[in-house]
Amino acid sequence: MLLEMNHIRKNFDGVDVLRDISLSVKQGEIVSIIGPSGSGKSTLLRCATMLETIDGGEITYMGEKAVWVENKKPVFAKKDKMKAIRSCYGLVFQNFNLFPHYSVIQNITDAPIHVQKRKKDEVFAEARELLKKMGLSDKENAYPCQLSGGQCQRVAIARALALNPKILFFDEPTSALDPELTGEVLKVIRSLADLDITMVIVTHEMSFARDISDRIIFMDGGVIALEGSPEEVFGAEHTRMKEFLGRFREK
Amino acid sequence: MSLIDIFQHLLPGIGKTIGIFVCTLVFSMPLGMIIAFGRMSKCFILRNVVKLYISVMRGTPLMLQLMVVYFGPYFIFRIQISSSYRLYAVLIAFALNYAAYFAEIYRGGIESMPQGQYEAAQLLGYGKGQTFFKIILPQVMKRILPAVTNEVITLVKDTSLAFSIAYTEMFTMAKALASSQTSVLPFVAAGIFYYVFNLLVAVVMEKLEKKLSYYR
Ligand SMILES: Nc1ncnc2c1ncn2[C@@H]1O[C@H](COP(=O)(O)OP(=O)(O)OP(=O)(O)O)[C@@H](O)[C@H]1O
Ligand SMILES: [Mg+2]
Repeated sequence: MLLEMNHIRKNFDGVDVLRDISLSVKQGEIVSIIGPSGSGKSTLLRCATMLETIDGGEITYMGEKAVWVENKKPVFAKKDKMKAIRSCYGLVFQNFNLFPHYSVIQNITDAPIHVQKRKKDEVFAEARELLKKMGLSDKENAYPCQLSGGQCQRVAIARALALNPKILFFDEPTSALDPELTGEVLKVIRSLADLDITMVIVTHEMSFARDISDRIIFMDGGVIALEGSPEEVFGAEHTRMKEFLGRFREK
Repeated sequence: MSLIDIFQHLLPGIGKTIGIFVCTLVFSMPLGMIIAFGRMSKCFILRNVVKLYISVMRGTPLMLQLMVVYFGPYFIFRIQISSSYRLYAVLIAFALNYAAYFAEIYRGGIESMPQGQYEAAQLLGYGKGQTFFKIILPQVMKRILPAVTNEVITLVKDTSLAFSIAYTEMFTMAKALASSQTSVLPFVAAGIFYYVFNLLVAVVMEKLEKKLSYYR
């Protein structure tokens, strides 16, 4: 297993946002997480990527325990181990979070050069290759403020990929975009699927999730209410799931 | 005495005024950053001590602070003060006072940074120092530039306060010259000097702002 989350609990101000969630992801697997607003999808990704600490359970990457809970306090792996663990996942944010003072190419190359200490020309060559894949070769020297939302998100994806993560998390990568721009981003994510990159995607794009996923997780009220292949989940006789899908069809 | 003569006469003072200006900036800007970090510290005691310091520095006149720094050692500790201490007193008081103002400007800028920038940096593996110096600080600088400009312009004029402990910067000399010559012209010269100085400051800061306007 690439990622194992066991019995994760997370509590915000006395409210249980994640209640005993267990989730594992295999190498090469594509998992989509769907569910109503406030069900804890973002929180789950934020716990998996250590942006939030957990209040219960443990998270393991590639068999290495990254964080667990002792005496109700989260405990992290040792510093050097943690560094290796951190480098094996990436996250694409809903609102991109590009660095506005860096050009597109700087956004992509800075971390590989200054964090991973890789060779400059090698990193640049790879970054240009990534930009080509994203259809942004002509935007190398543009600044984020000069790009559309869809272009920004593609740069953000390239930036995450440049670190060669084993697993890539997406938190509603198209929710901040105009409808006509979501297509280009979804297309890019689809192309990653062909490259065998492990992905965990929180999304409200149901048909996209159904197409691309090996497995779908339906979250509701801080628990995994339903889990299975797209056919199983979308065809399930589950009241909450049907309610949720019904609301989508109306839109 | 013509204006030209007056300016020539004031020249040593002008040098000292510029000296106060430059030294104050050189000391107070980095000091302000340290104070800003103290003000944002997780440690309750440190945070509140710094808060008190800032509120005193901003809540009392700089002229009073100058006098306390200059006369304090004698009145409190009976330490004989040498005349060379005058300059140090000016620089200490100015640096301490301006650092408090800069600290609040820095804090405002740092706290206005969206959390997402820190999170993105963390995900990309940047350490705390790298995140601050490469990602946060450059953006903060751009954000606070207008506020810093204000402060620098105020500083140009505030240098005249050094006259209160009889440090012979430009304004102190102009005042002496005005009374000895019974003429208002030295004051006119002083006014022209401050105005031109600030014009220069404004031009430089505008250039800086332009330089940073390549992104939003
Ligand atoms: N930092 C926080 N402090 C307090 N409560 C929080 C925090 N982050 C999230 N929550 C709460 O946790 C719950 C789950 O939030 P989360 O963002 O994970 O939901 P979500 O499933 O991603 O929703 P959406 O589809 O709207 O993005 C919500 O009730 C939210 O108010
Ligand atoms: Mg969310």
